Amino acid sequence: MIPRRVVAGLGAAALAALVAPALSAYPLTLLTQAAIIAILAMSLDVLLGYTGLPSLGHAAYFGVAAYAVGILTVDYQCSFLTCLVVGVALATLTAAIFGLLAIRAAGTYFLMITLALGMVVWGLAFRWVSMTKGDNGIAGVPRPELGLPWSLSLPLPFFYFALTATVVAWALLGLLVRSPFGMGLQGIRESETRMRALGYNVWLHKYLAFVIAGAFAGFAGVFWAYYNGFVSPVDVQLVTSVETLLMVALGGPGTLAGPALGATLIVFLKNFVSVYTKRWLLILGAVYIGVILFAPQGVLGAFKRRSA
Amino acid sequence: MRAAFWITQTFNGLSYGALLFLLASGLSLIFGVMRIVNLAHGSYFLLGGYIGLSVIWRTGSFPLALVGGAVAVALIGIGMERIFLRRLGTQTLGQVLMTIGFALIFQDLALLIWGGDPYSLPLPPALSGVLTVGELRFPRYRIFILALAAVIGAGLWLALDRTRVGAMIRAAVDDAEMAAGVGIRVPTISMGVFALGAFLAALGGVIGGGFLGVYPGLDFEILPYAFVVVIVGGLGSLPGAMVGSLLVGLLDNFGKALFPELAYFTLFAPMALILALRPTGLFGRT
Repeated sequence: MIPRRVVAGLGAAALAALVAPALSAYPLTLLTQAAIIAILAMSLDVLLGYTGLPSLGHAAYFGVAAYAVGILTVDYQCSFLTCLVVGVALATLTAAIFGLLAIRAAGTYFLMITLALGMVVWGLAFRWVSMTKGDNGIAGVPRPELGLPWSLSLPLPFFYFALTATVVAWALLGLLVRSPFGMGLQGIRESETRMRALGYNVWLHKYLAFVIAGAFAGFAGVFWAYYNGFVSPVDVQLVTSVETLLMVALGGPGTLAGPALGATLIVFLKNFVSVYTKRWLLILGAVYIGVILFAPQGVLGAFKRRSA
Repeated sequence: MRAAFWITQTFNGLSYGALLFLLASGLSLIFGVMRIVNLAHGSYFLLGGYIGLSVIWRTGSFPLALVGGAVAVALIGIGMERIFLRRLGTQTLGQVLMTIGFALIFQDLALLIWGGDPYSLPLPPALSGVLTVGELRFPRYRIFILALAAVIGAGLWLALDRTRVGAMIRAAVDDAEMAAGVGIRVPTISMGVFALGAFLAALGGVIGGGFLGVYPGLDFEILPYAFVVVIVGGLGSLPGAMVGSLLVGLLDNFGKALFPELAYFTLFAPMALILALRPTGLFGRT
């Protein structure tokens, strides 16, 4: 039997795909953003929700891949496939190096170290001007040419392109968290000492989760660079990392549909609010505080509690 | 000339470290007593700077700006702790999201009140100018920062180590439950420490306004420095915060002078090294 969540997830993706042609340009743009950011939020949830590791530097891997795409397309005119492979590989490598340092620490130390490591990447993006163009960012990232009959510079084909990426990431991550490895991660979240007593290599499980989460964040970063056409230090800053945490917390940690939903809600909220008022940071700040006070288990968690 | 370069840079690094000490010692103490990772700590620094600026515009008095900025932000800190943070207990993710929520709100309010232009805090004549020793030139203001941080550091150390309240705070850091069991009012201690942390951060913000300036984005720019200090020194340790801030001040300054494009790298690579050898920081306990 197919689990209900899979049906619901596929249903949501199919619905988005069906509605998309009827949407005007602006909501379609937001939907594309949501699809890409959903990948980032899901990848963070592998760490936060499934393994119990709150990372404050997740934008680093997203940003490394986005910068790789920016530099490779603008300076070297590389193809989509090259950019995808190099972007994800660099993000994975960064996570593999950072993970060696971060996984040694637990709890608050983990949080602070991931924050500091995330700031290293931000610092490079900001200061390594000869490579990253600093605060100005890298502009003019072209949309990819895949040899398809539809040009990806049009909003609708690009939306389908991004949605395909989301579904692929969701399917892969879904397989991962349901695999024996994924079960091991959830066991570590519940009780590290017990898993260790059972003979699990706790460090290796956490480390691999960290690297895999980084790889998928990089996957999201590749599409983000193509979508935006622009890469800047904003993509790797602390606020981006924290916003991703908020999406996971809002949607419901420990599920994949939750973070995707959280990402969609935040993307739409952010953009709609900023249309009506300049004070959207105030409102976003209030949302952070409200989520923690009133829905600590996230939207899906609140729903689950009610139906249980 | 080479010797002059090293002496000047060391002096600059130490004085920057002294400023970081004001910011990070509060963060470290707050964590020690309450296990709260306060991401709004950089906002206290920024708000302190802005409020100090407003005070000095109205009154023209630098000491009043110091006290006004620090006290106002201490009150904000007390409000945050009593009304919001106390409800959360020790759930880390909740603390992170709530304190970052406050940081965003403070950032936007500061933008609303003081606008987006960068400001510099006007210095009193006694503290401006430079002290010339041979061919070396030391800005008076930086000497003042070093002296003030030394006085505050010594005061904090004496208060923590030699007084009854200090003993109560240390007891609460070591084991809050046992401390409560022997009759120490841990919630009151927590509030006091939170207020002290906010006070020191804001004091740092006013002082920093004299040479870093005050501008939007300073809050999130300075926050990682405070975190690195605390990571290097060890959470909840005052000597750790002292050594950590001087070390970070020096590393940052030499990094920026010698490798401008890789400045952050020269700051974080030693941090990584220290962590690899001592995961709880130089003075941290497990």
